[in-house]
Amino acid sequence: MKKMNFWVIGLFGMLFFGCSEEASQTNAPVPVTLTFNHNWDGESITGDDLNTLKFANANGQLMSVELLRYLISDVTFERADGQSITLDGYHLIDVTRDTGLSFSLPQEVPVENYSNVSFTFGFDNEDNVDGAYLDLNSVSWNVPMMLGGGYHFMQLEGKFIDASDTETGYQYHAIRAVDNAGETQRFQDTFFTVNLGPVDLSQNTTIGIGMNVAEWFKNPNLWDLNVLGSRLMPNFNAQVMIYENGQSVFALDNTP
Amino acid sequence: MNLCRKHIVFAVSVILFAVACETEPLVVSGPTPLPLEVPLVFEERILPPILPVDNRQTVEGIALGRKLFFDPILSADKTVACASCHSTQNAFTDNTQFSDGINGSFGNRNSMPLFNLAWNYDERFFWDGAANSLEEQAFEPVTNPNEMGNTWSAAVAALQQDMEYPQLFLDAFGEEGIDSLKVVKALSQYERTLVSANSRFDRFLLGELELTEQEQNGLNVFLMETKGDCFHCHGNPNNPLWTDNLFHNNGLDAAFSDLGLGAVTGDPNDNGKFRSPSLRNLAFTAPYMHDGRFATLDEVIDHYSEGLQDSETIDPLMKSVSMGGVRLSQKDKDDLKAFLLSLSDERFTTFP
Repeated sequence: MKKMNFWVIGLFGMLFFGCSEEASQTNAPVPVTLTFNHNWDGESITGDDLNTLKFANANGQLMSVELLRYLISDVTFERADGQSITLDGYHLIDVTRDTGLSFSLPQEVPVENYSNVSFTFGFDNEDNVDGAYLDLNSVSWNVPMMLGGGYHFMQLEGKFIDASDTETGYQYHAIRAVDNAGETQRFQDTFFTVNLGPVDLSQNTTIGIGMNVAEWFKNPNLWDLNVLGSRLMPNFNAQVMIYENGQSVFALDNTP
Repeated sequence: MNLCRKHIVFAVSVILFAVACETEPLVVSGPTPLPLEVPLVFEERILPPILPVDNRQTVEGIALGRKLFFDPILSADKTVACASCHSTQNAFTDNTQFSDGINGSFGNRNSMPLFNLAWNYDERFFWDGAANSLEEQAFEPVTNPNEMGNTWSAAVAALQQDMEYPQLFLDAFGEEGIDSLKVVKALSQYERTLVSANSRFDRFLLGELELTEQEQNGLNVFLMETKGDCFHCHGNPNNPLWTDNLFHNNGLDAAFSDLGLGAVTGDPNDNGKFRSPSLRNLAFTAPYMHDGRFATLDEVIDHYSEGLQDSETIDPLMKSVSMGGVRLSQKDKDDLKAFLLSLSDERFTTFP
């Protein structure tokens, strides 16, 4: 039902854009595609790089990436005059299974030179409704109710060489931070807005988005997988640190 | 006058024809569509089932598939049916580690239980994902020397010589002739009807009953990252398939005698990976794992608690491998087992 509402909202959005098109022939709506690229401090990550201990994180630990999937929502186009167009919706990118790396936005966007394009990493609280999205339930993207319910924002998993020089698994999962220590659950928002900067759709209707995976382990929190490699979902402080490190992870990247 | 009579005759003919049409409708030939019934507990939570456009569910196709499933006619010596290794009372699996094929030969994999197959969204079947559709899966056992040990030409010839099957195939597919494709299509139609969604936990999800305290505690163990953390691979209350249908190395062995997915893809990173089975109907599907190595559910839980074996491809979700696993207390083990058993669907074991 929630999903249906989602598309109803989208339909109203399309009508809105239709009206905009009539107002100005020069900014006719066009299909826009987001593409997602992934790198490790500039070195491209492809499917062939997965499962190999080849990445050195900022803490000097050799690590691999076996699973990487994450969710974005509410792509927004901002005009210089302060008006903005938000496309309600969400999209799951699964690098491991090579799905979702290209996202055709569900509605056309007027051609303009936008001052900023942004999206939400994960779901904001309004959209993070437990069990609401059948497609995400079907790929087990859920967060248990004891951790607040709703959905994961990211699952990043692999192996690293631990302090005892042993190859060990890590699970770097991002969710809304929850503290279960008290009598009532305490939450802190960990979704965040990614601002990509200016985008001129008259030049290109494909917007490349790059994720520097190394940044998750670097800035501002130097990440020690020996300490924070596992069981991070119920770890309130770890979720806040993931949120903080996520601020510098994404950038415009139109690398072919 | 003659013209008038002709008009009257014509009018009467039209009326008679119309009346005839009302009382004796045109006989529509061809199979009768029978949409797959989707349980409410699935409909409210997960995507619709995968139903191939070139093999629609029909009354006649399902009936034919059911007859074929239980009939040993497809095997070389007419002793082994699909149901021989996928028996109803065991949630359509076998209660032995390996199944007895023709001539007493055995394979090296435990028979997979069959239910909710239309919700395998990636359509990777078998323990190792070797088949890319249910129809493709159904092709294999007929010619497997450890199963039915037949050739498809011999199996089809046996069906053609049978007194009943030619008419049943005609009814199911609306055309004469029997071939292997029609056989696997009919089998797949029947297998898609094997829907299990009436466990205690399903009824809990539907608000029809409450879990016991032990079952609720067990669910918590299942969901807690600091305890069982089973949910990342085996679903959750919002994904009541209780499997991700993906491939994982769950730490059974330090070295592999069976490469699993790796033998299919040729990628060494896939070695030792097998498809997560659903946790539904565990009360009826022992023994467990791809090779049926664990006779009891307790052994399975013990494996994840303290029996993990490290290897290059072990899944990162297998925690505390150096300590053998997540080290559950006996109470947590008992509670987890109680929850897992709440996923069993007694009614499914008498599926018609």
